Amino acid sequence: MELVNPGLGLIFWMTLAFGIVIFILKKFAWPSIIQALKDREQHIEDALLAADRAHEEMKKLQIDNEALLRRAKEERDVIMADARKLRDKMLDETRQKANDEADRIVENAKVRIENEQKAAMVAIKNEIAKISIEIAEKILRQKMESTKEQKDYIEKLIEKSPLN
Amino acid sequence: MATQKGIIRGGISIFFVTLLLFGFMRLNAEEQIDGNLPQISEEVQEEIKEAEFNAGEVIIGHIVDAYEWHIADWGNTHLTIPLPVILYDQGEWHLFMSSKFHHGKAAYKGFEISTEGMQKGKIVRKDANGDFVQPIDLSLTKNSLGVLIHSLLIILIFLSVSKAYRKRERKAPKGFQSLIEPLILFIRDDIARPSIGKKHYERFLPYLLTVFFFIFFNNLFGLIPIFPFGANVTGSIAVTGVLAFFTLIVTTFSGNKNYYAHIFNTPGVPWWLKIPLPLMPIIELVGVFTKPFVLMVRLFANITAGHTIILGFISLIFVFGQASLYAGYGMSVLSITMSIFINFLELLVAFIQAYVFTLLSAIFFGMAVEEHH
Repeated sequence: MELVNPGLGLIFWMTLAFGIVIFILKKFAWPSIIQALKDREQHIEDALLAADRAHEEMKKLQIDNEALLRRAKEERDVIMADARKLRDKMLDETRQKANDEADRIVENAKVRIENEQKAAMVAIKNEIAKISIEIAEKILRQKMESTKEQKDYIEKLIEKSPLN
Repeated sequence: MATQKGIIRGGISIFFVTLLLFGFMRLNAEEQIDGNLPQISEEVQEEIKEAEFNAGEVIIGHIVDAYEWHIADWGNTHLTIPLPVILYDQGEWHLFMSSKFHHGKAAYKGFEISTEGMQKGKIVRKDANGDFVQPIDLSLTKNSLGVLIHSLLIILIFLSVSKAYRKRERKAPKGFQSLIEPLILFIRDDIARPSIGKKHYERFLPYLLTVFFFIFFNNLFGLIPIFPFGANVTGSIAVTGVLAFFTLIVTTFSGNKNYYAHIFNTPGVPWWLKIPLPLMPIIELVGVFTKPFVLMVRLFANITAGHTIILGFISLIFVFGQASLYAGYGMSVLSITMSIFINFLELLVAFIQAYVFTLLSAIFFGMAVEEHH
């Protein structure tokens, strides 16, 4: 019975002590502790959110960068292709030009050679003619001592030579 | 980790010290008995009877409240701290030290400590008819002083923790703060918020935190057998009763319209259970008081049971020792092993009971502020 028979004194002192504990802790301890915990949690949450946002932004930036890079690559490819085409065209043109030039030169050369040849033939013909005449003169001089012989011969010559 | 080790070390040292204290008491008593046995006079026989080990009395003696703080016995010398006795009787205040009672053997100013019946252990006065009457007794008993000491410690601990929070704003907890913080978060996030609801829980948080730590620390301090600890504070029904009463008061004053409507005009119950005989209101009203009553009994019974078992194991040594000294030594090994085990269990119970009391208080508050749905 002693065990479950509460003493009035203990009830009194317990009420007093517990009341004081509640009063002091409620006034001086719990508010700052609860507030500090709340603040810290808020701070951590904010920091996490900020980190998330930064991460998201970085991802976006990365995607932008990739797009930029891809565009640059495409542009480079286009430029390269153009350049290649231009180069081929230029090469073709040059080759064509060179061929034409060569053809022209060869043609010129041919014409000139022909001309020279003609000129040479003319000269040779003239020379031969001159020589022939000289020879003929000489022969004739020898043979045509007489006037009659001269006359005959001339007539023969005139007959033979094509008159043109 | 370090704190845990500290607690364990504390728990172990509790046993050795307890054992030592009992051991000294026992050894001295035995020598005395052995020396006096051959020539037994009536008086000595009485003394032997007194000296004989009564486990039940020892256990109850250690659990119940007392007017003096008993620390140890040394042969016939009792090492006790006398505590002030404050009485109000017949319009007069009486204030004196409990040492005037000579450990309950003497009367002082007509007052004495009753040894039997309903008033056993309380201060009584014999009135003119020869009946024993109890004066208004506000004595600072062992448990009262224990409550005051523990309260002071709790206040100091939490003021320092609170200071740490103010100083280390937005920083990780450190030192004692980091021991307390998980418990605070546990009470806030796992007890208060789910039981009371997001809207109201902050209002009750200071009370719940105070109740939890008050019970938890008192349970732990109660396990330390050395002065200034060792008062069986949470194992006395007056203390748990006051705690439960505070919960009742807070519940009653924070109850909303819905809560009282539920008590006096329970919805969903046939009208003939309310009128003409208010059966349901009576049952509900009784329920209001049984809830804190159960809180009171649960905490008291759990802590008392734990202490009883530990003291029982320790007493076993002396019960066996009385039969034969060697049986006592042999028993001590088993007893101490078992007491250590129970003490670990008590550490667990210290937490669980504080948790249960706080959780149930929170649930009652949750019922009181519940919105109609």
